[in-house]
Amino acid sequence: MSSSSQVAESWISTFCSVLGHEYFAEVSEDFIEDDFNLTGLQQQVPMYKEALEMILDVEPEEDEDDDEEDEEDEDEDEEDKPPTYRRARESRHLRIASDISVIESSAELLYGLIHQRFITSRPGIGQMVEKYEMQHFGVCPRVMCDGTKVLPVGLSDIPGQDTVKLFCPSCLDVYNPPNSRFQGVDGAFFGTTFGCLFFMTFPELEVGRPQSHEAIQAALREARARNSPTALAAGSPAAKQPDSINGVAPHNLAPGLGPGNIYEPRIYGFRVSERARSGPRMKWLRSRPVDVNELDEARRFEEEQQRLDNTDVADEDEDEDEDEDEDDEDERMLDVDLRVSERRKKVPRRRRVANGGNSPMDTNGLGDGV
Amino acid sequence: MSSTTEVLPESDEPTITLSREEARILGECLLVHSKQFISSRGNEYFCEIDEEYLTDRFNLTGLNTEVNYYQYALDLVTDVFDLDCDDDMREQIEKSARHLYGLVHARYIVTTRGLAKMLEKFKKADFGKCPRVMCEAQPLLPMGQHDIPNTSPVKLYCARCEDLYNPKSSRHASIDGAYFGTSFHNILFQVYPALIPSKSSRHYEPRVFGFRVHAAAALQRWQDARKEELIDRLKRAKVETGFESEEAEELEDDEDEDEDMEGMGDDILGGEGALITPGRL
Repeated sequence: MSSSSQVAESWISTFCSVLGHEYFAEVSEDFIEDDFNLTGLQQQVPMYKEALEMILDVEPEEDEDDDEEDEEDEDEDEEDKPPTYRRARESRHLRIASDISVIESSAELLYGLIHQRFITSRPGIGQMVEKYEMQHFGVCPRVMCDGTKVLPVGLSDIPGQDTVKLFCPSCLDVYNPPNSRFQGVDGAFFGTTFGCLFFMTFPELEVGRPQSHEAIQAALREARARNSPTALAAGSPAAKQPDSINGVAPHNLAPGLGPGNIYEPRIYGFRVSERARSGPRMKWLRSRPVDVNELDEARRFEEEQQRLDNTDVADEDEDEDEDEDEDDEDERMLDVDLRVSERRKKVPRRRRVANGGNSPMDTNGLGDGV
Repeated sequence: MSSTTEVLPESDEPTITLSREEARILGECLLVHSKQFISSRGNEYFCEIDEEYLTDRFNLTGLNTEVNYYQYALDLVTDVFDLDCDDDMREQIEKSARHLYGLVHARYIVTTRGLAKMLEKFKKADFGKCPRVMCEAQPLLPMGQHDIPNTSPVKLYCARCEDLYNPKSSRHASIDGAYFGTSFHNILFQVYPALIPSKSSRHYEPRVFGFRVHAAAALQRWQDARKEELIDRLKRAKVETGFESEEAEELEDDEDEDEDMEGMGDDILGGEGALITPGRL
């Protein structure tokens, strides 16, 4: 709308076709016209009413010679627009050129803030999924993510703080857009919520290319062969994987991370030691357990508590049974599992007493079960 | 220049019998080709190979089997090419010359002088900056994932997050990674350890309406535990960890840890307990 009034395109579609605005979805007018969706924006945007009019094309931007056309437009518009718009329009002839540019920037700000809300709504996120599928937002620059499609996100919901970033679901990291024309786009226009909400809304979307089982196995075998601590901590892949871990399907949880997807620095074919000054220090950033059960914190906490309780029981038993050689603390910690399972049959009554104060996480009612 | 003539007699190759004067002329010619090659679009990642290096046959060992029309290609690179041939042939040879230059480049940039030249380019961020937000525009270095030509295109290495990224521009994506090699960037930081950036432990925290997302947060807590293990291992080995900011407080922690070494077993469990509790808050 800013260029000339005979263009049939709306302000919104013009705005979205500007170079650098490729990430934006076209907010539907219905969404903007619903006052509920604009709650609180009036305080954030200067010249709010004028900006809103501009976005909705209620009032075409005028030059002196356009005035007559405007009058006609007005008549048509007046019937279906709320009276608030009309009142604002009466004062528009007083406006000077500098006002127009202020309103223009206000309109962009307002549109951005509405956009932030719109893309978390059902129609908005639907539009964004289309753009995502068509790779409008580009792909992850990280080599190991292998061209995973990314989403635009903001690092803050408050405008003016940071530019738009790209969120990669495969490595759960954020990147600067490759093209500098996006440096002028405010991150708040996409918001912090959108990136994750998107993948929660469409859990069936395949995030990135899942790594083949063989590749993980090979990477693990190699790591085991040289006792790499990072890989050893990743757990055994033999364990049964749950269908969903912490609300995400395991194959969709950061598939670009983990063994086989971590860069291993080498000099003439030899790995650089972790202890070298220039050695690898950031492998944790791209790590992921092979056995995702490791991430089931609630269950692990529960097991930990259970084990601690059982250790108490074992301690008491020792006093009675007069077991010897149990002075080394560390060793006992490791042995607990074994001994507890042995004792499970022997001392059911005692354990029930000791487990009187069960952990609140214990939903299995272990005390009663035995 | 003198070094060239000194080296030459030791070489077994009978073809090189350059006088000092010839070498000087050759060097000037070389400069012309190199400059032309370096300044052409898409070749911003390359540095200029010293003429002395290029004319020393020892440095070219084994490349004659890698490059077609090796002798012509070398002639072209060194600007003494005067073969009358059709355009097709000329094109072939030019392609070979580019390939040859790239392969010599991979060897040159790990020499002292080559490293110094690449360092200048690194400092000017000629290779671009890390796209990762948390790396705060750390300059990148070009690298290859393989030393064998025609396997994979050039990638960019960030010393801050120690990861590889694809070049932004497609004209760089067509450069062979073997022209930089798998070792160069690691050698550079071994030679200039002062340039190793401090590592950042900052994460991007995915949030929905201000709440952290459990799946991502749990994974990050797991990753942080791996990081703590690493720091622990490094401290036990009395090696600098290289992580920023927390270094000061960690030093204090370190002293505490040394005092109650007997309670290690408890500490480990305590650590895991701490790992879990934030998730429930």
